[in-house]
Amino acid sequence: MVENNTIPFNGTPEQHEKLMAAIEKYKGTKGALIPVLHEAQEIYGYLPIEVQKTIAEGINVPLSEIYGVVTFYTQFVTQPKGEYRFAVCLGTACYVKGAGAIIDRIKERIGVEVGTCSADGKCSLDATRCIGACGLAPVLTVNDDVYGKLTLDDVDAILDKYLK
Amino acid sequence: MNLVRSHVLVCGGTGCTSSGCEKLIKEFDVQLAKAGIDKEVKVVKTGCFGLCALGPIVIVYPEGAFYSMVKEENIEEIVNEHLLKGRIVTHLLYDESVHEGEEIKPLNEIDFYKKQMRIALRNCGVIDPENIDEYIAFDGYKALGKVLTEMTPEEVIAVVKESSLRGRGGAGFPTALKWEFAAKQPKGQKFVCCNADEGDPGAFMDRSILEGDPHCVIEAMTIAAYAIGSNQGYIYIRAEYPIAVNRLQKAINQAKEYGLLGDNIFGTDFSFDLEIRLGAGAFVCGEETALMTSIEGYRGEPRPRPPFPAVKGLWGVPTILNNVETYANIPQIILNGAEWFKGIGTEKSKGTKVFALGGKIHNTGLVEVPMGTTLREIVEEIGGGIPDGKKFKAAQTGGPSGGCIPTSLIDTPIDYDSLTKIGAMMGSGGLIVMDEDSCMVDIAKFFLEFTVDESCGKCAPCRIGTKRMLEILEKITSGNGTVEDIENLKDLANTIKSSALCGLGQTAPNPILSTLKYFEDEYMAHVVEKRCPAGACKDLLSYVIIADKCKGCTICAKNCPVNAISGEVKKPFVIDQDTCIKCGVCEGKCPFKAIVRQ
Repeated sequence: MVENNTIPFNGTPEQHEKLMAAIEKYKGTKGALIPVLHEAQEIYGYLPIEVQKTIAEGINVPLSEIYGVVTFYTQFVTQPKGEYRFAVCLGTACYVKGAGAIIDRIKERIGVEVGTCSADGKCSLDATRCIGACGLAPVLTVNDDVYGKLTLDDVDAILDKYLK
Repeated sequence: MNLVRSHVLVCGGTGCTSSGCEKLIKEFDVQLAKAGIDKEVKVVKTGCFGLCALGPIVIVYPEGAFYSMVKEENIEEIVNEHLLKGRIVTHLLYDESVHEGEEIKPLNEIDFYKKQMRIALRNCGVIDPENIDEYIAFDGYKALGKVLTEMTPEEVIAVVKESSLRGRGGAGFPTALKWEFAAKQPKGQKFVCCNADEGDPGAFMDRSILEGDPHCVIEAMTIAAYAIGSNQGYIYIRAEYPIAVNRLQKAINQAKEYGLLGDNIFGTDFSFDLEIRLGAGAFVCGEETALMTSIEGYRGEPRPRPPFPAVKGLWGVPTILNNVETYANIPQIILNGAEWFKGIGTEKSKGTKVFALGGKIHNTGLVEVPMGTTLREIVEEIGGGIPDGKKFKAAQTGGPSGGCIPTSLIDTPIDYDSLTKIGAMMGSGGLIVMDEDSCMVDIAKFFLEFTVDESCGKCAPCRIGTKRMLEILEKITSGNGTVEDIENLKDLANTIKSSALCGLGQTAPNPILSTLKYFEDEYMAHVVEKRCPAGACKDLLSYVIIADKCKGCTICAKNCPVNAISGEVKKPFVIDQDTCIKCGVCEGKCPFKAIVRQ
C-alpha cells in the first residue's frame, strides 16, 4: 500500500520525548505493542510511518509486524484527522433512523469523502462503529461533542456552527 | 456522618452524558448551595437507568420522583419547589409516572419497568459506580467473601453448573463447563479474561454494566479465578467506551486499596490481579480466540478450535473467557443459590437477559427481562410500541450474526433455543425494531457491509464469500438483480455458513438467510418488478406529485436542491425524474401531502 500523506510529518521534540517515555513504560510487558500504539496515537493524533519506526526500534518488534497491526485495527489511523473531526455513527439503530442521509449531507457540505481530511486540515469525516448511544439515534459526534436525535435540519445548523 | 434527607440520582451513562448530565450536576450543586440545603441533599451520579430516550434522567428519593428530559434551566425549579418546599414538580415528571390524581407511581409500576427483572443490572442507576462503599452496602463482595472462606473451588463450579447459567455473549455455551475444563488442567499459570469488546452494533448492555456497576464484574472475575486456580486476569474492553474504561480503572484501584484484589484477598492465601487491555476497533476481536491473539499484541485473527481456550488459551495456557453480562450474574448466583436462579426463565435458558431496545420504538434503552418473555411483551408493553402510528414489521436480534423475527412470530418466547430455531440468534442482546419503512434487503445489505468491512481476511469463505454476497445484494437493491441471483445468494450463504473458520464468518450469512426465509417476496419485488416495497432503496424509487392534491404553491420547487421541479403558480407542478436526486426534501416540505414515493 502506498502512503500518500498529504500533510508531511512534523513531530516535535516534546512529542518524541513522551513517546520514548511510553515505550519505556511498557518495555518488557507481555503484549506491549497495542498499549504503546494507543499512547502514541494519543500523543501524535495518528500513527505515521516515522512513529511506527521509532516504536519498532524501541520495543524491538519488526516494523512489518507493527504496520500489520496498525492497519488491522480501525482505531489506529495513519492519516491525520482534521481540527474538527465529524463522525457519524453507523450502528444499526442509527442506520435504521437515517444515519445514511446524514453522512451524505455532511459529505456534500464539507466536501470530503468518508475517512479523509480536507486539504486545509480543518475537517475530517468518519463513519464510526456503534458508539453505544443507541437511545439517541441517529448520532453525530464532532470532536468530543455528541449530537443526538438528529434531523437533516439539525445537521445543517451544527455544520454552520463549525464551518463559519 | 452527615444525615442526608434527600438523594438526587442523576444518570451518568453514555446516553445521558451525551444529553448533558454533567451540566445538570453542576447546576444542582450551584442551586442547592444557593438554597442553603447542600448539606441535606446529596447528588449522586449513577449508572444507566435504561430509559435512554428520555435522558437526561434525574430521580429524587425518598419520593422516587422520575424527572425526564431535564434541562439545565429546570434545576432551579426542582431545587426550590421539590427539595426545599417538598412540592414535586409534576410538569417535569415522566408522563407515565404520574397517576391521574397527580400522585406519582412507584418506578416498578411504570410500563417500562413493570415486566423487567433486574439481576445483571440490579445496581445500575442505584449506586454511585465510582464509590466502592456503595457497592459493598448493596451486598458487594459478599459473594467473594463467602467463596473464599466457606467454599472449595469445586463447590463454586458446582453451584454455577447447577444454576445452568449460559454465556450471555451470544452462543449461549454453559459457563460452568468452561470453568470446569480450565480447572481440570494441571496446576500452573492460568488466566481469567472478560470479553468487554461489545462489537454488535446496537448492543450496549455490557457498557452499561461496566459504567453502572463495575465492581460486580471485578468480584465475579475474582470468584472465577478462585474456581479455576488463576492469579491474573485481563478485561478486554473497547477503546470506544471511554467512560466505562475510566470507571473500571477506578474500581480496580479501589478494590486493590481495600484488599479485595491483589495479594492475600480476605486474608486467605488466594491472590488475584486484574489488568485492562484496550481494544482498537476490530469486530472480530469479540471472537474468543481473536480476542486473546489481540491481548498478546498481534493482529486479532482467530485460530482454529480445538484446542479450546480452556486448554490452550492466552499465551498458550488454560484460559477462561466470559462476557460482562455473564459475570454480572455470578455474585447473585453465589449469594442466592442455584435454585433461585433456576426458578427464573425457561427450561433450557435460565435467568434473565438484557436487551438493548433500539430502532423504531418509543422507549429506546436497556431492558432486562426473564428468559421466555415474548417479543410482543418487549416491543409493545415495555417498549411502548412503534412511533408515528406505523406498523411493526420485524425485529432484528443478534446484530450482524443474527436474523429477523417477522410479525407472524412476534409471540415467540425469547430464549437461546427458540431464537436459533426460527433462524435468528440471541447474540449479545441487541434488539432493533423495524417498521414498514424499513426494507429487508437493504437491512441485509447493511449487515453485509459491516461483515465485509470487519472480516479479518484469514479464511477465504469469509474474506471472499461475504464480498460476493454483498455484490449480489447491491445488484438487487440497484434494480439489476435477477431471480438467479437469489438462488446464488442462498448457495453462497449455506457454503460460507459451513466452511468459515470462526463465528464471525459462520454467522455472517444469517441476516441474508433469515430475511430470505421470511421476506422472500420483498426480494422478488426488487428483482422482478424492480420495486422496493418499503420505499427505502433509492435506485428503485421515484417521487411524483399527485396533480389533484397539488395547489401549485411553489414550496417544493423552491426547496428542491437540484431544481428538478417546475410548473406554473397555482397549477400542478411536475418533477423531472432525470434531474431528481431522490433526496426527499420536497416530500417533507409539501403542506398538502401531494408528493409521494413510488
